[in-house]
Amino acid sequence: MSDTVLARFSGVALRYGAVQALAPLDLVLPAGQTVGFIGPDGVGKSSVLALLAGARKLQTGTLTVFDGDMRDARFRARIQPRIAYMPQGLGRNLYPTLSVDENITFFARLFGQGRAERRARIDELLAATGLTPFRDRPAMKLSGGMKQKLGLCCALIHDPDLLILDEPTTGVDPLSRRQFWELIDRIRARRPGMSVVVATAYMEEAARFDTLVAMNDGAVIGHGSPDELRAHTGEDSLEAVFVALLPEGSAHRREKLVIPPHSGQGEIAIRAEGLTQRFGDFTAVNAVSFEIQRGEIFGFLGSNGCGKTTTMKMLTGLLPPTEGRAELFGKTVDARNLDSRRQVGYMSQAFSLYGELTVRQNLELHAQLFHLPAAEIGPRIDALVARFALARYLDLPAAELPLGIRQRLSLAVAVVHSPALLILDEPTSGVDPVARDEFWALLVELSRENGVTIFISTHFMNEALRCDRISLMHAGRVLASDTPAALQASRGAATLEDAFIDYLSEAAGTAGAPPTDAPAQPPTAAHNDRPPPWFSLGRLLGYAWRETLELRRDPIRLVFALLGSVLLMFMLGYGITLDVENLHFGVHDQDDSPESRAYVQTFSGSRYFIETPPVRSPADMERRMLTGELALVIDIPPRFGADLRSGRAPEVAIWVDGAMPFRGETIRGYAEGTHARFLSEMIRSRTGVSPDLLPTDIEVRYRYNQDFKSIYAMVPAVIPMLLIFIPAILMALGVVREKELGSITNLYVTPVSRLEFLLGKQLPYVAVSMFSFFALVAQAVWIFEVPLKGSLWLLSAAALPYVIATTGIGLLISTFTRSQIAALAGTAILTLLPTVQFSGLTEPVSGLEGAGYVIGQLWPASYFLTISRGEFTKALDFATVWPSLRALLIFGPVLIALSVMLLRKQED
Amino acid sequence: MLGNIFRLGIKELRSLFADRMLLIIIVWAFTAGIYAAATGMSRELHNAPVAVVDFDQSALTARIVTGLRAPWFLPPRQSTLGEMDTLLDRGEVSFAIVFPERFQRDFAAGKRPAVQVNIDATNMGQSFIGASYIRNIITEELQYEAGVRSTDLPLNLVARVRFNPNLNGLWFGGVMEVINNITLLSIVLVGAAFIREREHGTLEHLLVMPLSAFEIMAGKVWANALVVLIAATLSLRFIVQLLMDIPIAGSVSLFVAGAALYLFSTASIGIFLGTLARSMPQFGLLIILVILPLQLLSGGVTPRESMPLLVQQIMEAAPTPHFISFAQAVLFRGAGIELVWPQLLAIAGIGAIFFGIALARLRKTVAQAQ
Repeated sequence: MSDTVLARFSGVALRYGAVQALAPLDLVLPAGQTVGFIGPDGVGKSSVLALLAGARKLQTGTLTVFDGDMRDARFRARIQPRIAYMPQGLGRNLYPTLSVDENITFFARLFGQGRAERRARIDELLAATGLTPFRDRPAMKLSGGMKQKLGLCCALIHDPDLLILDEPTTGVDPLSRRQFWELIDRIRARRPGMSVVVATAYMEEAARFDTLVAMNDGAVIGHGSPDELRAHTGEDSLEAVFVALLPEGSAHRREKLVIPPHSGQGEIAIRAEGLTQRFGDFTAVNAVSFEIQRGEIFGFLGSNGCGKTTTMKMLTGLLPPTEGRAELFGKTVDARNLDSRRQVGYMSQAFSLYGELTVRQNLELHAQLFHLPAAEIGPRIDALVARFALARYLDLPAAELPLGIRQRLSLAVAVVHSPALLILDEPTSGVDPVARDEFWALLVELSRENGVTIFISTHFMNEALRCDRISLMHAGRVLASDTPAALQASRGAATLEDAFIDYLSEAAGTAGAPPTDAPAQPPTAAHNDRPPPWFSLGRLLGYAWRETLELRRDPIRLVFALLGSVLLMFMLGYGITLDVENLHFGVHDQDDSPESRAYVQTFSGSRYFIETPPVRSPADMERRMLTGELALVIDIPPRFGADLRSGRAPEVAIWVDGAMPFRGETIRGYAEGTHARFLSEMIRSRTGVSPDLLPTDIEVRYRYNQDFKSIYAMVPAVIPMLLIFIPAILMALGVVREKELGSITNLYVTPVSRLEFLLGKQLPYVAVSMFSFFALVAQAVWIFEVPLKGSLWLLSAAALPYVIATTGIGLLISTFTRSQIAALAGTAILTLLPTVQFSGLTEPVSGLEGAGYVIGQLWPASYFLTISRGEFTKALDFATVWPSLRALLIFGPVLIALSVMLLRKQED
Repeated sequence: MLGNIFRLGIKELRSLFADRMLLIIIVWAFTAGIYAAATGMSRELHNAPVAVVDFDQSALTARIVTGLRAPWFLPPRQSTLGEMDTLLDRGEVSFAIVFPERFQRDFAAGKRPAVQVNIDATNMGQSFIGASYIRNIITEELQYEAGVRSTDLPLNLVARVRFNPNLNGLWFGGVMEVINNITLLSIVLVGAAFIREREHGTLEHLLVMPLSAFEIMAGKVWANALVVLIAATLSLRFIVQLLMDIPIAGSVSLFVAGAALYLFSTASIGIFLGTLARSMPQFGLLIILVILPLQLLSGGVTPRESMPLLVQQIMEAAPTPHFISFAQAVLFRGAGIELVWPQLLAIAGIGAIFFGIALARLRKTVAQAQ
C-alpha cells in the first residue's frame, strides 16, 4: 500500500435516472489526513462518499481505495473492516429502540469482536464521548448531538483506517458540534494514520481540515489545503473562497444582508402563558411563556430534545398543552378552527412532504389545499421555484432530492399561501450557506414589508444574530430571552456562540460536557490483515440478537403474534364448519292432504332442515329464493295424496339453491335421503316389511373421524394456516423496513454477508413461530379436546422446517419490494389464496387441477397440512410421513437462496 | 370542502401509482389470482382420488369401477388391502372401495354381498358428497344387472338445481375471489397509506393546514376505493365473464354500486385499524387478525347458517357477510335492488359507524405519535 494515496477516482460518473449526479471525476485523496468535501446541497458530495464507502454501486470509471479495485466484491469484503461510514441524517444507521450500549455492541459483533474485547472498547469509547451516563438510554431518546456521538462510537468500534462522515454535524447544536470536533481531533491525535473524509455544509468547520475539495454541480471546482485555496483565490473567509471558485455566470448573489430594525411596537401575534407539556411522567416543556409581536422575527435556540419542537407543535394546535395556553392573534389556539390554520405556515423538523410526488406536484397540492385561486397558482409556483432555485428538480420525486434541496422545497411549501405567521422548526438544517442567505432574505422581506411574524428555531449562530429577539431553551425551560446583543453583553462573551455555550454549560452542569481528562486510551489497533471469513456465525447471531431485542421492545407485536393466533384458532376452529345444517326450506303445498303434510313432516323433523312459512305462490317462491332466504323449496302437486293412495306414482319437485355449489350438492343429497326415508316408512307401514331400496348392502366407514365432526378435521388444518400467515407477515417487513428507514446501510458497509443478514433476521421469528406452534397444539388438545393420536415429536419435527419455510416466504417478499405497503399487500395476497384454496383445507390437493394443482404442489402448507391432519387424526408413523417431510425440508433453503440472490449488497 | 377531498384523493392516487410493485400486486390479484382461484378450486366432488380393492375381479365389479368417471373421480387405482391403508393414511386417496370375493356370483344368487366403502372423513365436504355418489353408482349398476328400474317406486322425486344447474364450482370460486380481493386490498391499501403518512410525518403536515380530519379521511377512502373498484369491475367483465365464460345472472352495475358502498365500509375499517396500530409491523398483524375471519367466516367459503350462532352474531357486525349475501343474490341469482336493499343498508350503516370511530381517533393518534 502506498503511504500517501488513500483513494483514486478516475473517470467516475454517476447518474440517477435522467439526472447526472457526478460528472466524470478524476481525483486523488491523500491518506492520513482529514479531507473535507464542501459545497452546496445536491452537488454530489454524498455520492462521492457513498462510493468511497462501497455503499453505492460504481457505474462508470474506476475507483481504487487502499490500492484495490472497488468493483471487486471480494476486495470490498476484505477492506470493509478497515472502513467506517456514517451516512447523512441524524442517527440514520442506528436502531432507535436499542440502547446506546446495545447499538455499539451490535456493531462490535458484526466485526467479530469477542465479549472481553468488546466490553473494553465500548467502555473506552463511551468515556471518550461522554456517553457513559446514558449507556442504557434508547437511541431514539437521545438528542441530535448525542445521536451523532453514538454514531461515531459505532463507526470507531472496529478501529477503521478510513472514517467517512457525511454531514455529521448537520442539525446539531453548537455546543455538541464543538464537542464532536474536539473528539475527532483527540482520536486523530492518537491514531495519526487514520484518514478522515467529511462532507459538510458548515464553512467554519472546513477550516479545520487538512485538504478541501470544493464541489459544484457534480464536478470538482477546487482542490487543496485551506491556505492554498485562500491564496489561489485571494479571499480570506472560506465562504468567499468557495464563491470565488464558482465558474463564471453561476455566481450567487452575495450582497450583505441588511435587516431593517423592527418597529418594536405592534399587536401581539403569539402569546404563550405557562405552556406545559407532559408525556407520561416526562415533562417536555415546563411553564414556557413569551410574547411575540406582529412582524417580529423570534428565534428559538437550544440543544436537540430541549422542547423547542414540542412548543411549536402546541402553537400549531397539533398538541393540546397539558397546562397553560397559547394565543394566536388574540384567539386561543384551537385545533378545530380551520381559519386560524390558514394564517399559519408550518415547517416541521423532519422532512414531511410526499416523497413519491414530484416537486411540482407537492407545490401544486399545497397551493390547491390552501385554496389559492386557480389563476394564481401557476405564477405563484413559478415565483417560488425561481426564489428557491428549484427549477432543476421540478419533475423529480421529492424523496430523491438531497437533504438541502428537500429543506428548500419544504420552505417553499410553507410559504405557498403567504401566511401571516410562519412557524419554522430548524428550517435551515442541512441547507448550504448560499441558499441559507437567500432564504433569510426572503424571511426579512416577509417580516419587514408584509408584516409576517416569524417564529424560528435554529442552530446557526449567524442566524440567531439576525433575529429581533431570541430565547435560549434547555430541558424544557427558557433560560434567557432577549435581543442577541443583550444576551451576549449579559455574559460578557465575545460572540453569541460563546454566550450560548456558557448558558448551556451552566444549566447542564457537568452531565453533558465531555470528560476532558478522560483516561481514554488510544483505541489499540487490533488489526490483522486476514480477510474476514466468508461466513461467520457471530455476525449472524449479532443480527439475530439485535432483531430479538427490537421484537422485545415492541411487546404489542409479540403479544399480537402469540395471542392473535390463539384468538384466531378459536374463531376459525369453531367457525369454519363443513357441516351443512340449519337449511331453511319452504313448501309450496298445492294438495294439503294428510299425505302431503306427512311428507313435509319428514323434512321438518330432520336435523338438517328448518321449516319456514309456506310458499304461497310461484312469485313468492321466486322472491324468497332470489334473496337466498330459502335453500330448498318443495313443490307438492295437486292431488298428491289421492295419487299416492291410488298408486299413480305422483311426482314431487324440489328446487335447490345452487348458488354455492358444494352446499347445493349437499342439499340435494340430504333431500334425496329424506325422500327415501319417507318412502321406506310408507312402504313399511303399508306392508309391514322394510323394503330393500338398495340392491345390496353398502357399508360406509368414515375413517379417522367416526363422528364425522367438522372440528376434528378443521382444528388440525387451522394450525398450518395460522403458522403461515403470522410468521410470513412478521417477517415480510423485516428487510423492507430497514430499506425504508435507512439502517440497510449497515448491510452495505459492514462485513456482514447477505446470508448472515437474512438468516440472522429470520432466526428470532422462527423461534417465536415455534412457540406459537406449541401454544396452538396445546389449545387443540386441551381446549378443543381434539386428541393428538400420533407423535408430538414427529409433528414438531415437521413444524420446524415448515415455519422456516413460511418465514422464508416473508423474507423473499421483503427482499424484492421497496415499500412496506407493497410488502404487506403482497404477502397477504400471495399467501391467502394458495393456503385457503389449494393446500387441502377443504379438498385434497390431488383433487385440484390446472394452476391450482401446481400451486398446491409448490406450497409448503399442503405438506404440513397432510402431516398435521395425519398426526392428529391418523397417528401416522415416520415412514408414512417422510415424503411430505422431505418436501418441507426443501422449501426453506430454496426460499433463502432466492432471497440471497435478490438482495443487493450495494445500493444501485 | 369537495375540492379539498378531490385534491387529497388525487395526491393519494399519485402515491399509489408511484409504487410499481404495488401495482403489479393489484393487477396480479385481479387477473391471475382470480383465474387460479376459479379454475383450481371446486368444492363439489371433482377429481376425487379413489382406490379399489377388488377380490372378485368380475365383469360386474369392472363395470362398477368404470362407472367412477371423470370429472367426479380420477381413474381408480387398483390396490391391495394393505396398500389401501397407506394410501388413505397419506391422504393420497379419499375413498377406497372393497369388493369381496365371489361378489358377482353371490349377487346373482340374491345373497346381497356387502360392498365396503372407506372414506377419509377428514375431508368433510368431499366425503359426504362422494359417499352418496359412490352409493348411487353402485346402486345403478346393480339395478341394471338385476333388471330393476327405479321408476317402479310409488313416489318419485324430481330435483332441480336453480341458479347453477350443473353445480359448477368454477362460477362460485371465481366470483368469491373477486370479493376476497376487494376486502383485502381496500383494507390494506387504505390502512397502510394512513400509517405511512404518520411514519413519514406528512399527516402532521396535513393537520396544520386548513383541512378537516373528515376531508383527509374522505380523500383517502375515495381514491383507494376507486382503484380497487375499477380493478374489480374490469376483472369481473374481462376475466370472469369474457375469459372464463362464467354467466352472471344479475346486473353487473348493481353489483358495482353495492361494491362501491362496501368499499366505503372496508376502507373505513382500514383507517380504523391504521389508528389502532402504532407501526407498520403492528398493522400487518392486525390485518391478519381481521382479514382471516372476514374471509373465512362470512359465507364465502362455507355456508354461514351452519356456523355456531355466536360466530354468526359476531360476524353480523362486519360488512362482509352482508356484502357476500348481496353479491350472491345479485350475481348468481339475478336479484334486483328491490330484494337486496336491506343488505345495502346494513353495509352503509356499518361503514358509517367505522368511519365515525376512525374520525374520532384520528387527532388522538397524531398526539400519540409524539
